[in-house]
Amino acid sequence: MSEIAIKEAPIATEKEISDKKVMLDIKDLTKIYTTPKGEYVVLEKLNLQVMKEEFISIIGHSGCGKSTLLTMIAGLNDISEGEILLDGKPITKPGPDRGVVFQSPSLFPWMTALENVLLGVEQVFPHGSKNDRLDICKYYLDKVGLGDAFNKKASELSQGMQQRVGIARAFALKPKILLLDEPFGMLDSLTRAELQDVLLEVWNKENITAIAITHDVDESIFLADRVIMMTSGPRAVVGDILEIPLERPRTRREVIEHPDYYHYRGHLINFLEH
Amino acid sequence: MKAIALKLCSVTGMKWGIPFVKLFSGEEVLEQLKEIWGTVGIPLIAIVTFLLIWHFGAKQIDTSLGQVPGPAMVWEQTKALWAEHVDERIKADEFYARQDARNAAKLAKNPNANIRVVDYTGKPTYIDQIFTSLKTVFMGFLIASLIALPIGIICGLSKKIMQALNPMIQVFKPVSPLAWLPIVTMIVSAVYVTNDGWLEKSFIISAITVSLCSLWATLINTALGVSSVNEDYINVAKVLQLSPTKKTFKIVLPATLPLIFTGLRISLGVGWMVLIAAEMLAQNPGLGKFVWDEFQNGSSQSLARIMVAVFTVGIIGFILDRIMVELQKLVSFDKKTIA
Repeated sequence: MSEIAIKEAPIATEKEISDKKVMLDIKDLTKIYTTPKGEYVVLEKLNLQVMKEEFISIIGHSGCGKSTLLTMIAGLNDISEGEILLDGKPITKPGPDRGVVFQSPSLFPWMTALENVLLGVEQVFPHGSKNDRLDICKYYLDKVGLGDAFNKKASELSQGMQQRVGIARAFALKPKILLLDEPFGMLDSLTRAELQDVLLEVWNKENITAIAITHDVDESIFLADRVIMMTSGPRAVVGDILEIPLERPRTRREVIEHPDYYHYRGHLINFLEH
Repeated sequence: MKAIALKLCSVTGMKWGIPFVKLFSGEEVLEQLKEIWGTVGIPLIAIVTFLLIWHFGAKQIDTSLGQVPGPAMVWEQTKALWAEHVDERIKADEFYARQDARNAAKLAKNPNANIRVVDYTGKPTYIDQIFTSLKTVFMGFLIASLIALPIGIICGLSKKIMQALNPMIQVFKPVSPLAWLPIVTMIVSAVYVTNDGWLEKSFIISAITVSLCSLWATLINTALGVSSVNEDYINVAKVLQLSPTKKTFKIVLPATLPLIFTGLRISLGVGWMVLIAAEMLAQNPGLGKFVWDEFQNGSSQSLARIMVAVFTVGIIGFILDRIMVELQKLVSFDKKTIA
């Protein structure tokens, strides 16, 4: 099972990427908040394309508008100007074709881990049998390492475990794109590394297009095919893009020991410090 | 055994029992003694001081009903009220026994005899009055909840409806039961004319008055809870495109339950508090009427008996509050936030 799904060394050249289908197309996206002091332009004419089955991470300083960008893709935040096309169709409202993993796990504490995942699965697969839906939930909970905690109440799980359920919930929707809003920002560094592995493990099998917001340089390199660097707001745009053509599946050790790793790191830190 | 005892202590709100249980099971004796001093010793000293001040203070004041009763007299009357209750029960039993015997004799003489079964008509005892009061407050609480919960949920869901109702809520909320009672009395008298004995008119009047005073806490807490559900939960509901009904029942209400129960708890407390005043004026045969009757009666024991009622009201109010806290813990997903 696992062998089939592993991608064969996708060291994509520029040409190959442009041949691939565009999954997410952000065109001249502008976000303006009206404040008592006048208009505040968070994003101004931001353009970005994400290919099908690509994993990108977006990095930038706090308050640069990366979360705003993500919530706009999720449909939870209105678009002021420009448009976002998902698989060719403009985004107008939130929907389960975009699985979101929030920074706080946002599980419903009165439900069990299984029920939390099931709530979404019921929405996406209303026609299947109840057992089919349960199987989907159990499959993903198992994949994120919670095979023995199906019936634990979310409030009884540790924060790291809760975020695992959050990841399972997002994948179980079989979304077109996965949106991760600093998904590991609230976790300690050991748990964070664990969850990065879990995330990549599931992602390698599913090949869902994914966008992860982060302000952790190492995380952004480890996860992504491309790292998008956003300029500091106001009027933030895409400042620079770094390709990370490392082989997948990746292990932390291989990535860190790769001869180009410090070059990538240097590039990103250099951007963030200027 | 020890676990059961510990659980019992915390459920009944008698946290002070915990160190005793631990002491008897031989757990860190010195630690437990310290704990007992803090939870039992200090309050006990305060209570004894209070009783002493009451005892000597009471002697200084002479009223038209004689000296203000001290703790000893109140205790006397507590026992007297209980004895009256027991007496009355014996009388009732004897009455029914006599009636049954009489009817049996009649039937033996003539199997077709016309049998009359009459209820005993003795006056309600103090214990009866406590139960009447409890029935009344629960009826009022039920009515209040049935009104306040739906309106609270609707207010919480729709900002416009909240804006529409808020002024009225704010104006009616602080009104005293004494002001509601005459209005309720007149309306109930006009509408509820059958009086077929199913429910006493005075009972309905007191219950509705209790509702009018107690529903506000539930309404406001429910509305606040529903309108302030964690933004993340709402976002998840949006992403999953849950239907409005599913969103309300699967997410908003469970998330609001702790606050709803806080409201219900306050409501029941307020209801019990205003009940006495309502019963006094509505002449519902409960604790309020007991207090009023004793006050009108004006015997030398009256003040002591009224004080028994004061303690009864206090203790029952405390028990009701504990019950609500336990219910709240039962339904609440976040156990830490409840006092």
